Amino acid sequence: MAVETTTRAKLRWGLLDVLVVVFALVPVLWIASLSFKTPATLTDGNFIPREWTLDNYRTIFDTDQFVRALVNSIGIALIATLIAVVLGAMAAYAISRLDFPGKKLLVGVSLLIAMFPQVSLVSPLFEIERQLKIFDTWLGLILPYITFALPLAIYTLSAFFKQIPWDLEKAAKMDGATQGQAFRRVIAPLAAPGLFTTAILVFIFCWNDFLFAISLTSTERSRTVPAALSFFTGASQFEDPTGAICAAAVVITVPIILFVLFFQRRIVSGLTSGAVKG
Amino acid sequence: MSINATPTGADVAAEETRRPAAVPKQRGGRRKPPLSENKKAERRLGLLLCAPAALVMIAVTAYPIIYSVWLSLQRFDLRFPDQREFIGLENYVTVLTNEFWWTAFGVTMLITVVTVAVELVLGMGLAIIMHRTLIGRGLVRTSALIPYGIVTVVAAFSWRYAWTPGTGYLADLFSDGAPLTERASSLAIIMLAEIWKTTPFMALLLMAGLALVPEDLLKAASTDGATAWQKFTKVMLPVMKPAILVALLFRTLDAFRVFDNIFVLTAGGNETSSVSMLAYNNLIRGLNLGIGSTMSVLIFITVAIIAFVFVKLFGTAAPGSDDGERR
Amino acid sequence: MADIVLDKVSKSFPDGTVAVQDVDLEIADGEFVILVGPSGCGKSTTLNMIAGLEDISSGELRIAGQRVNDKAPRDRDIAMVFQSYALYPNMTVRENMAFPLRLAKLDKETIDRKVDEAAKVLELTSLLDRKPANLSGGQRQRVAMGRAIVRQPKAFLMDEPLSNLDAKLRVQMRTVVSRLQKQLGTTTVYVTHDQTEAMTLGDRVVIMRGGAVQQVGPPQELYDHPKNLFVAGFIGSPSMNFLHAAVQDGELHTALGKVPIGDRVRRELESADAPRELILGIRPEHFEDAELVDDDTRRRGMEFEAPVDIVESMGSDKYVYFTVEGEKASAAELEELAADAGAADFAGAGGNLVTRLSAESGVAEGQSRRVWFNLEKIHLFDPANGRNLTLHEGRAAGALAD
Repeated sequence: MAVETTTRAKLRWGLLDVLVVVFALVPVLWIASLSFKTPATLTDGNFIPREWTLDNYRTIFDTDQFVRALVNSIGIALIATLIAVVLGAMAAYAISRLDFPGKKLLVGVSLLIAMFPQVSLVSPLFEIERQLKIFDTWLGLILPYITFALPLAIYTLSAFFKQIPWDLEKAAKMDGATQGQAFRRVIAPLAAPGLFTTAILVFIFCWNDFLFAISLTSTERSRTVPAALSFFTGASQFEDPTGAICAAAVVITVPIILFVLFFQRRIVSGLTSGAVKG
Repeated sequence: MSINATPTGADVAAEETRRPAAVPKQRGGRRKPPLSENKKAERRLGLLLCAPAALVMIAVTAYPIIYSVWLSLQRFDLRFPDQREFIGLENYVTVLTNEFWWTAFGVTMLITVVTVAVELVLGMGLAIIMHRTLIGRGLVRTSALIPYGIVTVVAAFSWRYAWTPGTGYLADLFSDGAPLTERASSLAIIMLAEIWKTTPFMALLLMAGLALVPEDLLKAASTDGATAWQKFTKVMLPVMKPAILVALLFRTLDAFRVFDNIFVLTAGGNETSSVSMLAYNNLIRGLNLGIGSTMSVLIFITVAIIAFVFVKLFGTAAPGSDDGERR
Repeated sequence: MADIVLDKVSKSFPDGTVAVQDVDLEIADGEFVILVGPSGCGKSTTLNMIAGLEDISSGELRIAGQRVNDKAPRDRDIAMVFQSYALYPNMTVRENMAFPLRLAKLDKETIDRKVDEAAKVLELTSLLDRKPANLSGGQRQRVAMGRAIVRQPKAFLMDEPLSNLDAKLRVQMRTVVSRLQKQLGTTTVYVTHDQTEAMTLGDRVVIMRGGAVQQVGPPQELYDHPKNLFVAGFIGSPSMNFLHAAVQDGELHTALGKVPIGDRVRRELESADAPRELILGIRPEHFEDAELVDDDTRRRGMEFEAPVDIVESMGSDKYVYFTVEGEKASAAELEELAADAGAADFAGAGGNLVTRLSAESGVAEGQSRRVWFNLEKIHLFDPANGRNLTLHEGRAAGALAD
């Protein structure tokens, strides 16, 4: 880019930037705006609320329905994330560092699962979980979440693990470490950022799921927020649930926004590193 | 330093029988395996570390898929459990001769093709902006991640209310009817919602490819007299080809699963159901496990075919499928 | 401290490739041995086998008299310095150097004392609290060395420890490594692909090619008495000149004229399976400007005339490149050496003769010049197997020896 066009180039990029930001933010701002509208102004079609209120938030936090769903969402996503990252880290370490039979098979299987149509699992899981009595339980959702999060975790983590120079592990062994010590004291501290990033990605995945959440639950016992949203009725049966739905939607969007704001760099590197070969 | 690298059962046993005064024992060639202790320990550890992940993945996918095939060969309606019986391929005949299935299949294909194509173009643009913008790179990347991270259902509600006459800011702007009650406009809105949600993901995958284009290569092309467009088509695209194919494969298979947006936006009304939506309706709403499973199997087969076409015809390299680089 | 013995040590991979074949080597206690060769010659694999980072497929490895084939690296009590330095990025210099001691469960005081001592030897004291990311290449290299010496292991293994440094620092660190090794007297095995490092550092040099040892000996011996074409070509910079030579009527017909041969070489060539074509090898410093040679010296060699291609004046002497006509010497070893030098398909240096003449020589580019070379220092090789025919009881004696 020639020097004399710098200002103009900056302006051009600036405009494009604004376009992207608007494109990305408008739907989010819109639902936030709806959540702050009073019932009277809810249908005025205005992008910015004319009258602001927090009533919608009060309503949802007063109803057991939403609070229960929020607890389910947080609990299920956290447990699934923890397990998926731990199992994924073990497998990714083995894949990127060790030589053992069946390694390619594992990589192939997880790739297959990453592309798997989840709906194909809904019918058998529905039936199997009913037989195992885990239908409509946390476990019933955690299991498929772990399964579909594992390929993501394994890919992202093996990409991170591969960036850690091989020699370090050799050096640790030469310095007198066992394989276990080499992992704990040398590789793990270096892998921590990767683990953290992977945890965020996996959490977002679990937090997001809708299909399993509505298929494998039937009551408030384990229904997560995305699934509960469509069963929302508002404070009473006859009230328009729009404001409540929007408030609930905003609440579950907050963690995502926080992640994105604080860990943008990590998320980008996590998503891109797993995607590029080598 | 008399501790063994890998305490096996035998070692533990030996440890117990060893007298306190015994000298540190030397491990020699007591057994003569083709693999040394080191190598064996490594293989054992590798398998051990992978086992939990592999077991979970297989238990939750492989077994259910087989079970699903078994279910699809039965008449099995939870509302009439007494009528459960093995009927061979009858369910497949039922589904494949049903016009709802083919409508849903057409809708799914349409959504897949259109959204992926649009996303490729937009995603490429977004990738270039995120990669090369001179100002506000962090801001752009952060904003672009929001659609990626946001719960699909939340976004779908936002679009639904935006297009609901009276409530929405878009409904009155672009149409005078109720766009979500007509088939064509509904489909368009579903696709818009899909594109909004997943373009950033596509862009991120493409950006990974962009980062692989060496800066010097572009400079060389400039000095060789290439225009910006020529640089893009002749230099960047060829280098990015593997990344593009991977992004397309991922997104195509993902788009084929479209469910959340349709569920919230139209609930499948006005013939806007996707195959996932149809399978769900038969299964959870209709409680017809036989038909639902048949659809599941058909969707699985279609996805397998798409993946096969990508990998075999376009030579898409599966990410992470590099050979063990231990050499 | 200990001696290291490799007894018919081999390494083969599951796919059948053999990386190292039957290496026999006895490294004495306190000795500094260099493994050198082009990339892929098996030197690093050999080192990794000694370290325990790679399995030994067959043969036996003994350290201090004990078989260690199946011992984990940590039970062998040897330290290693890596090409990439392999410093733990999350630890400070002090923590890096203390790491092996902590793993050995030494008490804190001892660890501190030992780290401080090692830091002093390597002049790292002021850097102890820094992270590796904030160090220069040379400093990192010294930390890597420090981590190796701090626990006084039985032996040091060094895998191209200087090749990531720039040229000037490399020369400087060479002396540091050399002095340190002498001071500590620890058995050291050092891998490099740089023949200069091999020549300057080691007590003995092991030249490897294709997984097999070519020759083992003190540097000067390898230089003066190379057993074969490969060793001759690998050791020395600029490398030895190789010319095609045809045996005819008791003489060698070469691009430099007819070269007479003495009785010893003649006897070699009289045997039934003797080759009719040879490769003549002459080191650059065994040429001289014919004008500068006194009569006494002149008798020990012969002269030829050739056009001068390029003159590189080094100050102390001149590198002069001549263009000579004639058939190119060809042998598998030569191709391999050229490939290693990155010139396999680059004919630019092909027909050239590299000579190192006195600085006083008035040679100029473009002219034709008479050049003398020493017949007592030339080598003759069998192109089929690379054997040095002028070698007698391990000593090379030139072409004229009786």
